[in-house]
Amino acid sequence: MLAYAGRRVLATIPVMAVVALFVFSLLYIAPGDPAAIIAGDQATPDDIARIRATLGLDRPFLVRFGEWSWRILQGDLGTSIFTALPVTALIRQRIEPTLSLMVVTLILSVGVAVPLGVAAAWKAGTLVDRLVMTLAVLGFSVPVFVISYLLAYVFALELEWLPVQGYTPIASGLWPWFRNLILPSIALGSVYVALIARITRATMLEVLAQDYIKTAAAKGVGSRGLLFVHALKNAAVPIVTVIGLGIALLIGGAVVTESVFVIPGLGRLTVDAILRRDYPVIQGVVLLFSFCYVLVNLGIDLTYMLLDPRIRY
Amino acid sequence: MDRRSLLKGMAGAGALAASGGLSAPALAQGAAARTLRFVPQANLANFDPIWGTQYVVRNAAALVWDTLYGVDDTLTPRRQMVESETVSDDGLTWTFRLREGLRFHDGEPVRAQDVVASLARWSARDPMGLMLRALQNELAPVDDRSFRWVLKKPFPKMLLALAKNNAPCSFIMPERIARTDPFKQITEYVGSGPMRFARDEWVPGARAVFTKFADYAPRQEPASWLAGGKRMLVDRIEWIVMPDPASASAALQNGEIDWWENPISDLVPLLKKNRNLSVDIADPLGNIGSFRMNTLYPPFDNPKVRRAVLMAMSQEDYMRAIVGDDDALWKPLPGYFTPGTPLYNEEGGEVFTPGGNLAAAKRLLAESGYKGEPVTCIVAQDQPITKAQGDVTADLLKRLGMTVDFVATDWGTTGSRRASKAAPKDGGWNMFHTWHAGADCLNPAPYTAIRANGEKAWFGWPDSPPVEEAIGAWFEATTPDQEKAAMRRLNKAALDYVVYAPTGFFLGYQAWRKAVSGIVKGPLPFFWGVSKSA
Repeated sequence: MLAYAGRRVLATIPVMAVVALFVFSLLYIAPGDPAAIIAGDQATPDDIARIRATLGLDRPFLVRFGEWSWRILQGDLGTSIFTALPVTALIRQRIEPTLSLMVVTLILSVGVAVPLGVAAAWKAGTLVDRLVMTLAVLGFSVPVFVISYLLAYVFALELEWLPVQGYTPIASGLWPWFRNLILPSIALGSVYVALIARITRATMLEVLAQDYIKTAAAKGVGSRGLLFVHALKNAAVPIVTVIGLGIALLIGGAVVTESVFVIPGLGRLTVDAILRRDYPVIQGVVLLFSFCYVLVNLGIDLTYMLLDPRIRY
Repeated sequence: MDRRSLLKGMAGAGALAASGGLSAPALAQGAAARTLRFVPQANLANFDPIWGTQYVVRNAAALVWDTLYGVDDTLTPRRQMVESETVSDDGLTWTFRLREGLRFHDGEPVRAQDVVASLARWSARDPMGLMLRALQNELAPVDDRSFRWVLKKPFPKMLLALAKNNAPCSFIMPERIARTDPFKQITEYVGSGPMRFARDEWVPGARAVFTKFADYAPRQEPASWLAGGKRMLVDRIEWIVMPDPASASAALQNGEIDWWENPISDLVPLLKKNRNLSVDIADPLGNIGSFRMNTLYPPFDNPKVRRAVLMAMSQEDYMRAIVGDDDALWKPLPGYFTPGTPLYNEEGGEVFTPGGNLAAAKRLLAESGYKGEPVTCIVAQDQPITKAQGDVTADLLKRLGMTVDFVATDWGTTGSRRASKAAPKDGGWNMFHTWHAGADCLNPAPYTAIRANGEKAWFGWPDSPPVEEAIGAWFEATTPDQEKAAMRRLNKAALDYVVYAPTGFFLGYQAWRKAVSGIVKGPLPFFWGVSKSA
């Protein structure tokens, strides 16, 4: 297993190299010019040209790519064109809110979706099943921003239970930290809950129809043991796969959720950087997201071995 | 009491208790009252007011750096850091003396050397500064508190140049910082104004914090815009960036923020209904909507085509698209200058008629020899003002019988594409939409968009000697009557040539919680004199 994990970690290097080349090329050919944005609305074309030159944006593609790659190899993601702060510093400022949002969303979503999916499969065809599937369809269909606004309206403006916006660092206390994350996590987790609940139900239905489950039931295993020990463990591989793949959904959804709930996370940093054409920041954040995604996939593959001893690499 | 009220009461009490509100000591409550939470118009992405000339940077910089002069609410330049000034009889030598007791945020005194370096950096980027540089013989300190500016030719607008609120303003920084190349960003933020910039709390795109500078020496006169005593009545100002207007609206209603600089007009009726909030016009100088036509390429290289478009326009259509049905927020603008200000005039404005004169415009277009060339119309969709104007223009051009190539894009792309002088089919453009702050359109000094000096002009590169002659006459005018005469000539010449198409004059709102007092209308948010009760 360790050798496999080592090989997989090494395999991330060419993947990241391709991602780096792709991101850099895409931004190079994309329209827009940070110099024009920096110079402001009253700037003359000469001002813009001079700013472009001082930023080095007038140099050839290969020179710029070479310099950027060399710095990346040294662990330097560059400096933001607009803020003059290192990209690593910007990421450091923003990573806690995004990680917090994703972890809380993940825990809430899995904690809600898996039992719902199991219940729907156990009570297939009944009102419980229909209710769970209706919720799943709603979760898929209603856009995250609509859910966000509804939650903010009901729980913040009307009931005044929770804040509308903002983020409190975990260092300021667990409850203030969690309080700011409740609404964004529910909003962001809605699609995720729907996805996991549906796949859990489908997989559980398949497993519950297996002979060994009937045997276990015939031997007198209780319904809780049947569901959570015998069935769920064997249904876990596809569920874990979907949970892993869904992290991409969370990254995408975080952009909207962070904007609506004014959370200073990486999603907003990315959108702001794209709108301003802050190339070093976009490149740095995309590289980071890609790296995380590769690591998540690796984690999922390794989890398979823990869940199903028959799986060996 | 009904169930709903009970629930709300319980919820409110619960939330209060959870947030520590019930047990908060008086000290904590006082601290809350001394912190003002403000939602700015945009993200403070950089903090060099000379390098980056965005309004949001200028607004934040006005808290942190002081200026030699400042305009008051009558648009008159007043002394600020300066104690006195003298000008020689020939108008060529200006000598300025600084007030006593001025200090930078690092505790060092403000010296004439700092001022000279700051003015040198500013004058490399500012249109009026560049004019001064062209006339400059010497800019040098005389002693620690005095400096001299020697010119080759009199420059009657000297005090206006040093007082103007248009970006870039001539903010005074320590010499070592002001020596930075004006095309490179500063990385040290040592100010001379009433608030310090808390760099360690700055999260670009999310938050900027300013704390009171105890050693700031305000003037004795009452504050008026950028002039007078800038007395801070709060200890801390937090700028919270909220890109989503609905979130800002909810946060203001919920008491999570105190002051919102630019609520969108759609949400204003909701805010006006809330008894805890005040809503009023933000900036009486407002904005001028505009679209520019590229004079380098057909069809807009032909002045008759540009005039035909102007003639067909209904400014009401543009303004309603921008501000909706609130008639208090707009007015027609048969000219280029800010209504209600001393130099405003409507000379030549008869080309505009209510609803537009489509029939006459079509005749003029036919007379121009327009051959159906496509008009590449760039419209930034991520800016509500440009999108609204672009949609109206596309419809207008089609009704006029022109072929429209509508390019829906974002502001970042518009910003770079409009600088291209290539043919429209090769990545250039025929038309783009924007708007100008009314504070920039009071006179020709900061008004880059009115210039018509060809290659050196703003995008579209209009080339009109009569326009330039009138601008020169205004700069040389020494009496209000001379200024007004020059401005009348300028308005007419610019409309005859169609330097750009003004789509109307519009205002915007600001909103704040009633616990906050001292907010004034102005071209930027002024924080001095603003206080907050617990």
